[in-house]
Amino acid sequence: MTTTTGAVTAAPSAARSGGSRQLAGTGTLLRFALRRDRVLIPVWVAVNALMVLSMPNTLRGLYGTADERADLARQMETNASLRAMVGPLFDDGLGALTAWRVGVYAAALAAVTSLLIVVRHTRDEEESGRQEVVASGMVGRRAALTAALLAAAVANGVLALLVAVGLAGQGAVGAVALGLGIAGVGMLFATMAAIAAQLTESARLARGLTAGVLGAAFVLRAAGDSTTDDGASVLTWLSPLGWLENLRAFAGERWWVPALIGGAVVAQGVVAYALAGRRDLGMSFLPTRPGPAAGRLGTAGALAWRLQRGAVLGWSAGFLLAGVVYGRLTEGAADLVGDNAQARRIVERMGGQAGLTDAFVSAMVGMLGLVAALYVVASVLRLSGEETSGRAEPVLAGAVGRLRWAAGHLVVAFGGAALLMLFAGAGFAAGHGRDAGAILAACLVQLPAVWVIGGAAVLLHGVLPRGAVAAWGVAGAVLLLGWIGPALDVPQSVLDLSPFGHLPKLPGGEMSWPPVLALVLIAAVLVAVGLTALRRRDLTT
Amino acid sequence: MTKAISVSGLHKSFGRTHALDGLDLEVGTGEVHGFLGPNGAGKSTAVRVLLGLLRADSGTARVLDRDPWSDAVEVHRRIAYVPGDVTLWRNLSGGEVIDLYGRLRGGLDRGRRAELIERFELDPAKKGRTYSKGNRQKVALVAAFASDVDLLILDEPTSGLDPLMEEVFQRCVREERERGRTVLLSSHILSEVEELCDRVSIIRKGRTVESGSLADLRHLTRTSITAELAGTPGGLAALPGVHDLDVRGHRVRLQVDTGRLDAVLRALGESGVRSLTSTPPTLEELFLRHYQAEGAEGAAGTGDAKGAHSGGQVATR
Repeated sequence: MTTTTGAVTAAPSAARSGGSRQLAGTGTLLRFALRRDRVLIPVWVAVNALMVLSMPNTLRGLYGTADERADLARQMETNASLRAMVGPLFDDGLGALTAWRVGVYAAALAAVTSLLIVVRHTRDEEESGRQEVVASGMVGRRAALTAALLAAAVANGVLALLVAVGLAGQGAVGAVALGLGIAGVGMLFATMAAIAAQLTESARLARGLTAGVLGAAFVLRAAGDSTTDDGASVLTWLSPLGWLENLRAFAGERWWVPALIGGAVVAQGVVAYALAGRRDLGMSFLPTRPGPAAGRLGTAGALAWRLQRGAVLGWSAGFLLAGVVYGRLTEGAADLVGDNAQARRIVERMGGQAGLTDAFVSAMVGMLGLVAALYVVASVLRLSGEETSGRAEPVLAGAVGRLRWAAGHLVVAFGGAALLMLFAGAGFAAGHGRDAGAILAACLVQLPAVWVIGGAAVLLHGVLPRGAVAAWGVAGAVLLLGWIGPALDVPQSVLDLSPFGHLPKLPGGEMSWPPVLALVLIAAVLVAVGLTALRRRDLTT
Repeated sequence: MTKAISVSGLHKSFGRTHALDGLDLEVGTGEVHGFLGPNGAGKSTAVRVLLGLLRADSGTARVLDRDPWSDAVEVHRRIAYVPGDVTLWRNLSGGEVIDLYGRLRGGLDRGRRAELIERFELDPAKKGRTYSKGNRQKVALVAAFASDVDLLILDEPTSGLDPLMEEVFQRCVREERERGRTVLLSSHILSEVEELCDRVSIIRKGRTVESGSLADLRHLTRTSITAELAGTPGGLAALPGVHDLDVRGHRVRLQVDTGRLDAVLRALGESGVRSLTSTPPTLEELFLRHYQAEGAEGAAGTGDAKGAHSGGQVATR
């Protein structure tokens, strides 16, 4: 944390010199930001670092001998669908295996952390009106943005340091490269979020746009890697996550790639700074258009849909596109290698199912299901947002029961999740061009697990209104378990904690109703208990 | 007289904070009732209990003859509520919100809605984010006054309005009373309370300390008198209810409990009055006495020459 204290002590002198009044107060704001994030940043960084650092050990267990590793490398070279899932393997050392297996996920997590930090300390503050008082103090026009970016830099810097030191045993150079790459992607999304925060008036939209780019980066990398075995595809290069892969940590590092990332970070930073200096506080560049003078909204349900429809449309479009791309990848994936026991075992370790095409579809659909869990949490937590912002109060002071009010949002949340999986299935089937029924079934079978996560969010909001955000922790843990749990050789009892672990592996696997029905029942019980608690407790204000 | 709101012995704690500590409140149907108290006295907590948003720990509350917690929806059909701090949805226009609030209550009078928008000079096409504090309040006020309800609960509804709009607001409240509706008005603007309210309740630390009509309450306070006399005044000090007597030659300054004014004036008259200034108690004085944290109850007691010590006694008449 030396960076913090350094910046804090430097700030007053910078303010006094008068040379950088635009940045006056940055040190104070940075310290304030780190103070507010004193739990979030350490937890995020620790989870991410643990995920990366535990990888070599697990991989040693899975691919202990040189033969096994060489075999894996051969598989990755020849099998397009495997590459689509995790990317190409550039070397068969443990370090390279670690970078290959977890690099993209670690970078994605760093990206999420960074974008949340930046938006939280910029647009969120403006939207809430808190920034107004702060900005009326001795605070420069660009100080808030600088402090937010520095806070993200602190988080990413510590993460890079932990990765570099922790993996040094696998080769110091590669460890430094991987650490830099992960942190670099983090900062890439930090500066991207900074631009989004200037362009939109809504923090939610700024987060959504940046997260959308992250989702696209995921899909693009997968699409690119399925076509080439060396990461050279244009699609891969379009994805910031593909850049990390092309850095080739532990496999003859290309040092110009971190330079490229750094350049992009600076370029985006410049754009964000230029925008930040030019606009009015609390405003964006897109003027708010007037709305209708009279409204047709008449029920709490209609209001919930009106508030959430934009998000539902955005998520639906994303799922449809991701489905189409994955469908295209599936097309012909099996033809390349035929059915092969070794490849199947690898896919199974990704959480898929036997039968290569089926396994690929199953793994991809499972991934979309996990992402849908994020949607359902975001949607359910609108209840919490409406309540704590005080907007729920006048609605509930109308002739609207709490259950009716909650039901509006829950229909959007739980029904919306079904809509997303339908769109994903439709896109998948369209891209794949056959097996529409089986693919759609595979998508829909994810729903009970998604609903259980949604139910957990409802329960938290009902029972612990101030701790409702913990639902994000639930979704995040399930996401991590699903993505890298199998590779980490996590004990089955832990994997079983995730509702997704109990779903039948479709297509290919056997459809089994008892776990599906049990999950639906669990979701229903969670919702019922949450709503009962909501009905009985005081409204938080 | 039937009661629109009837509350007795209401308790509500948040952890160690006792927000309501045995609150009593009676609001008759058709009256405009002022609800006063210093910051943190528990006004907003009380209002939220009346709206069924909070559940009281103990005590009874009846709103429009129903339980506000268990019959919340039915009660709310006949209530319009304006919070002191109106938060709107950033991407909904003011007009949309007004219509939504109206439909969530007993319905909206279209003609009255249009008229009120005109009177409050509100642009209903603007989006929530672009309204100022005062304009956000106007959105909630238009929705409340245009709604077809029996009871309006207004929690510091005018804190962001300009004086012109304050006028409009006061006219609207009077119209509501003429239509026989009940208004519970929580406010710190004493002129507004004096202008509008039939009766007031003052609460402090979660408890009702005074309740009654303004005339009743005035009666409990002192009038300041300055007089220039022809002769030397005598016997003033012996009169009951006289305080802070200051005699300098023919000049007299004193304070007297308003209920004892008569005897003082007679005594002064005997000495021959050349000039007389009498200052009736201002509302400010009245409220300051109750707002001041220490000794407020004691101060209320000093005015009890005729035994009107407790607020409850005044309230029950």
